[in-house]
Amino acid sequence: MYVAVKGGERAINNAHAWLAEERRGDTDVAELSIAQIREQLSLAVNRVMAEGSLYDPDLAALAIKQSRGDLIEAIFLIRAYRTTLPRFGASEPVDTAAMACDRRVSATFKDAPGGQVLGPTFDYTHRLLDFALAAEGEETVAPKGEPREEPTPHITEFLNQEGLIQTEVESDEVPGDLTREPLELPSTRPLRLQALTRGDEGFVLSMAYSTQRGYARNHAFVGELRIGKVPVEMEIPELGFSIEIGEVELTECETVNQFQGSKTEPPQFTRGYGLVFGQTERKAISMALVDRALRWKELGEDNLGAPAQDEEFVLYHSDNIQATGFLEHIKLPHYVDFQSELELIRKLRREADARNAAPVREAAE
Amino acid sequence: MTDEITRKSWMSLLAKAPAASLEKLWVATGLSPDYGWLRAPEIGATMVRARMGGTGAPFNLGEMTVTRCSLQIDGGAVGHGYVQGRDKAKATTAALVDALMQGEMAQSLQAAVIEPLMAEMTAAKTDRAAKAAATKVDFFTMARGED
Repeated sequence: MYVAVKGGERAINNAHAWLAEERRGDTDVAELSIAQIREQLSLAVNRVMAEGSLYDPDLAALAIKQSRGDLIEAIFLIRAYRTTLPRFGASEPVDTAAMACDRRVSATFKDAPGGQVLGPTFDYTHRLLDFALAAEGEETVAPKGEPREEPTPHITEFLNQEGLIQTEVESDEVPGDLTREPLELPSTRPLRLQALTRGDEGFVLSMAYSTQRGYARNHAFVGELRIGKVPVEMEIPELGFSIEIGEVELTECETVNQFQGSKTEPPQFTRGYGLVFGQTERKAISMALVDRALRWKELGEDNLGAPAQDEEFVLYHSDNIQATGFLEHIKLPHYVDFQSELELIRKLRREADARNAAPVREAAE
Repeated sequence: MTDEITRKSWMSLLAKAPAASLEKLWVATGLSPDYGWLRAPEIGATMVRARMGGTGAPFNLGEMTVTRCSLQIDGGAVGHGYVQGRDKAKATTAALVDALMQGEMAQSLQAAVIEPLMAEMTAAKTDRAAKAAATKVDFFTMARGED
């Protein structure tokens, strides 16, 4: 219960002024620019765009600066900002097969057309602190090869040609939108994917990890992981045709999962799908594993009671802004609530004391 | 001799072009036509959609920022600007270029603005593709232990 109380204005203003001073830190140290954050902390920027659900690197960098690097706070700022924007429309579905791939690897096919392209990855680094970065860093120039001109085909399409993997049926159905209608259960796969792609990376990662450790295990292989830019095309009403209104960097993960077959489906491979704004591969792989676990019903699998199979559990706890809003509100004044709790405890204590004072007679009756 | 390009291609190019490059090329043309707003620049969002599994039914991935405006050159054509991000100046320049590309200025503007932008963006894309290509794995088989 909340009761309007006056007071605290001066304290609040001074707290915010101190926050601004602390945010700046030691003024002998150069101030960070938005461009520096955007260019040099780009994976933090990508996470804020993905979970803030708004692709705009400069805004995400500003949010990171304002939040002193607290990424959930930064995501909160982006979510709040996006509610102020008029919606111009929805794009055509992006074509990830036409992606200009910076990175493209497959754990299932060594010799896939297009090859294994590592891209700017942390994989195979030794995870040793590089003290050279603490000194004035010198610029490294990346070597170049012969650029591939043709698009890189999706690896799952090769399995599809043999009919060994469940097909994704193309449609032009208009998907539900979590930002417009509240989530209702049972939900649909498009809504689950929207919730997962903007869900908290840590939460989605842990859910995915739980499936690997045996809670609704579904034997995922990373059929393909690709990172790169795709154009975004939208129909412009005043023109009557569509144009590309920009391009976004995406990480896409397709998992290939073993499937023994069920009452309704023959033995085949099945798919999990992850697609996330920016270079965000931990999140994209996690999303694909959780997507696959949540598909148990449509594939006729058993409900093993695993957390990752429970869409209510997953979808209602994946959003870190909802979670942090509810969690952090308990630190705000609850004086009246607590006053009544205090009254209750005192009353219970008096009653207990009274019972303890006269136990013998009651027991004898 | 330049190939004629469609309105769809030049608008798509202007939407994605680096703002600073577009501004520099536009200023260099020395053009500053008078115009009136049909829709003053406004910042908004577009919901980006994708397909489940890359090929299946659509789902909503998240929004992106877009700035748009519409204007009419005095005694001339209507131009629309739709550009990525929050940049009213860029949207205005894009709309002016769009309007002029529909008239007799088309050829000279194509040479002065559109083609240099295209070259710059193609070079940037090729540069990334070349770096990606250098990280492609060449597998080789180690000597087997049979003999």
